[in-house]
Amino acid sequence: MATILDKPSGGAARPARAPRRGGQARKTSRRLALLLLSPTFLVLALVVGYPVLSGIRQSLFAQAEGLDENGFVIEGERFVGLDNYTALFSGERGEAFWNAFSNTTFFTVTAVTLETAIGVGLALIMHQALRGRALIRASVLVPWAVPTAMSGLLWRWIFQPDGVANTLLGQQILWTADGIASKFAIIIAEVWKTSPFIGLLVLAGLQIIPKEVYEAARVDGASAWQQFRLITLPLIRPALVVAVLFRLLDTLRMFDLPFVLVGANKDSVETLSMLAWMEAGNLRYGVATAYATVLFLYIAVIAYTFVKVLGADVLGDVRSAKPKKKQQKKKEAKA
Amino acid sequence: MRRVVLPYLGVAVILVFCLAPFYWMVVSAFRRPSDQFDSGPWPSPWSTENLEAVFAPGNEFGRALVNSLLVAGATTVLTLLIGVFTAYTLARLDFRGKNVVLGVVIATSMFPGISQVVPLLKLFIEIDWINTYQAMVVPSLGFALPLAVWNLTVFFRQLPFELEQAAMIDGCSRGQAFRKIIIPLAAPGVFTTAIIVFIMAWNEFIIAFSMVNEKEMQTATVAIAKFTGVSGFDQPFGTQMAAAVVVTVPLVVMVLIFQRRIVAGLTAGGVK
Repeated sequence: MATILDKPSGGAARPARAPRRGGQARKTSRRLALLLLSPTFLVLALVVGYPVLSGIRQSLFAQAEGLDENGFVIEGERFVGLDNYTALFSGERGEAFWNAFSNTTFFTVTAVTLETAIGVGLALIMHQALRGRALIRASVLVPWAVPTAMSGLLWRWIFQPDGVANTLLGQQILWTADGIASKFAIIIAEVWKTSPFIGLLVLAGLQIIPKEVYEAARVDGASAWQQFRLITLPLIRPALVVAVLFRLLDTLRMFDLPFVLVGANKDSVETLSMLAWMEAGNLRYGVATAYATVLFLYIAVIAYTFVKVLGADVLGDVRSAKPKKKQQKKKEAKA
Repeated sequence: MRRVVLPYLGVAVILVFCLAPFYWMVVSAFRRPSDQFDSGPWPSPWSTENLEAVFAPGNEFGRALVNSLLVAGATTVLTLLIGVFTAYTLARLDFRGKNVVLGVVIATSMFPGISQVVPLLKLFIEIDWINTYQAMVVPSLGFALPLAVWNLTVFFRQLPFELEQAAMIDGCSRGQAFRKIIIPLAAPGVFTTAIIVFIMAWNEFIIAFSMVNEKEMQTATVAIAKFTGVSGFDQPFGTQMAAAVVVTVPLVVMVLIFQRRIVAGLTAGGVK
């Protein structure tokens, strides 16, 4: 069986013996892999790699402004080194930057914390539900399916001064004006749209926990809270950490929601993405790409920290796993 | 008693949390414009005036829907054409540096859209691509392709490997085995990925908003956000809610029909 298997494969099932043939297969596999991977990498290099690199280059240039000695308008770009970056941290531009930076961070920390708590809650309820699972699953997917821009409009409508939110609360809060309330409007809208996503990921994590573990805990006299804290939480942690990482990265680049819900150029909700976008709209590409690059680095640092410190296993079961190979080999040995 | 009632209460809370805002969108869409600020729980009387206003000639909303369909459709088809081969490679072949490849794919999906949009905007102005479909489709590949490759890889890994080998023993080439065995078996996974990519591309905003400034080329989400009221100052919420219902309901129907698949696709890779 094993000899037949290793002939055409080159896959994970190839045993470690028969080195010469294996080497040959590995070589063909490698060439084939390169061939099949190249279209994706070509496209990613063109539509993501090139823009990011050219953005970093662009951020070292400034649009030339003003007139030369003959009174002609100077056009073109001027190399300014790191000036665009140093300008971010001080003066008027620094104010806008730090404001956007703290908004972005505040939205991310608050929204993701709430999303995680609510998402875990949703998952626990869904896991307990005996009937109507299809109905729950479908309804949980509704906020996910609503386009972000449309949910921005919807919440803008709900949060109008004479809208339904104020009617229900019996308040006169100016949610969509430039103020502290608008920050909460953004967070509420964001949490509504994305906590179901965390809920689904956590639910999938819950479903693979064997029932016997809880039975054993109950026999040992563990309370519901102890079961949750000492069994559920550690066992869903891998799924949860990955979900939280994805949500963090997605919230850090937030654009459409504040843009549609409150509007551009509003200090209270301006995010780094919006700030970069505004500068690009004013044709100040150097400044815009400097903002974008800072955001990019910010995201990279957070992703790196998550993977290294919290051990977020983003590759999950897709990576070429060693234990699986061992199992395969055992199976073959038996055969 | 508590054990019986509590789960139902929880379910009710979930349903209200998820559906109430969406319900409000639908209700507001079907009110008469003169009742727009009513806060009753349903429209009385029902009216399709808002819906008719959406398709008023000045909005060119029909055209915007077609644009959305073209952009999202082209993005989905291109993404799958390219992604299927990559995912197959990652799921099936054993080669050095595979985890690095996977890492690069997942890292690309984490890039902020803005660091892609600003340089591409400048480039597209230079090469005269502003107000074209390709200016929206090409950048969309940047978020769609990693997502598709990821989902497909997870699905492909679950396929029975032995069948492919059996086919090759029976004399199929690797290409034939792929075409005749793997593709039919992988169809559900490919289909699921297609739905998810389509929904993501249909919902895309920042690229479509940046690369297009002509009304005829706008996608639906951008068109709705730009609807203007009669006076120009008051936002036409009724019309916007009706239009939002028009672009969202097809997605909600898809979600209702394919919920199992979509959940499987969304949780792919997130859980081991």
